[in-house]
Amino acid sequence: MVTREQVFAWLEEVMDPEVPVLSVVELGVVRDAEVRDDGSVLVSLTPTYSGCPAMKVMEDAIRDALVARGVPRVEVRFVYAPAWTTDWIPESAKAKLEAYGIAPPGARAESEELVPLRRATATLRCPFCKSDRTTLRSEFGSTSCKSLWVCHACTQPFEAFKAI
Amino acid sequence: MASPALFPALLRLGDDRLVLGHRTSEWCGHAPILEEDIALANISLDLIGQANLLLQYAGEVEGAGRDQDALAFSRDAMEYRNALLCELPKGDFGVTIARHFFHGLFSVLQWQALSSSKDATVAGIAAKALKESKYHVRHAGEWVIRLGDGTEESHRRAQAAVDQLWPYTGELFMQPTDEAELVADGLVADVSALEGPWRAQVDDVLRRATLTVPETAWMQRGGRVGVHTEHLGHLLAEMQSVARAHPGAQW
Repeated sequence: MVTREQVFAWLEEVMDPEVPVLSVVELGVVRDAEVRDDGSVLVSLTPTYSGCPAMKVMEDAIRDALVARGVPRVEVRFVYAPAWTTDWIPESAKAKLEAYGIAPPGARAESEELVPLRRATATLRCPFCKSDRTTLRSEFGSTSCKSLWVCHACTQPFEAFKAI
Repeated sequence: MASPALFPALLRLGDDRLVLGHRTSEWCGHAPILEEDIALANISLDLIGQANLLLQYAGEVEGAGRDQDALAFSRDAMEYRNALLCELPKGDFGVTIARHFFHGLFSVLQWQALSSSKDATVAGIAAKALKESKYHVRHAGEWVIRLGDGTEESHRRAQAAVDQLWPYTGELFMQPTDEAELVADGLVADVSALEGPWRAQVDDVLRRATLTVPETAWMQRGGRVGVHTEHLGHLLAEMQSVARAHPGAQW
């Protein structure tokens, strides 16, 4: 019979299809794995964004990975509360993101004002040249979880994980 | 087991996001600049994702074997419960932005209230959607200010958008009578209580945008009970065409 730790170790090898340097565990999407008496495994997932199209791919990949390791039956359930937050991404995974060219999420800057006239955004470091002279271009990037930035030092546009 | 009485309330929540999300997706490939194309597509995706969760739960509480796809693709316009505001044509960029601002602000307030719903599933979806709607309203609000306080032409069109949509905002705050018990039980939010905070935010942003709040008092209504404009039928005809041509198809 496999252990919960073993299941987590296997899931560490299942990568996010959009950001293939992070595993589904590092991303914080896998919340729990319960090994039942009959050997079947119940995996609890919390989606990053309600409409993230990668969730289905992750669900299938998790199922395939466990079945390939001999788990007789895999059940996946979605848990919506507490809502997913970038705080669940560990520091080690943030370093991988930066090395991959995506600025990792910083601290969450919750403004009291819904529509601030001048936005107080934390400065992000360019993942390429490490300069702090960067500007947010758009809060919406190529995937739900990323925003678009530009670096003025190396003129490189880059993406950043949104802190939510 | 959740109360089947939640069904109409969940349809209203889900249909708003499904219809507005689909409507907004019409911008994909047509937005004025690349960043906005991506932003509007992202917002559509979030809204349709929220609708997916809400309609899935609606199907569960109804207990008649309908899933979110059956609810999205097999209902006719009269069975839809979205506010009329969500189904109006996308208009120009000004109309799209003004609508996202009005509806996004309503959504933030509604999710805030629903995140303490006594129904754990509703509360969970609301807490998740709240994070997304805050992004949406910030995006739209910044554009309202930029367009309103921009050039003569952008100001004129932003004001025209506000004037056109204003009579459709009142319906958001008309509390449906069949939800009275749900409100009393703390399961859903009383939307009429959200109008004051909504209006205060709208006044503030429109003032900064040098735009005028219309004085129209008469408000359109009907969507919450299934009486829609002609626009919804056309939207559904397009959205449902593939699912209706191939019933039960899996891909």
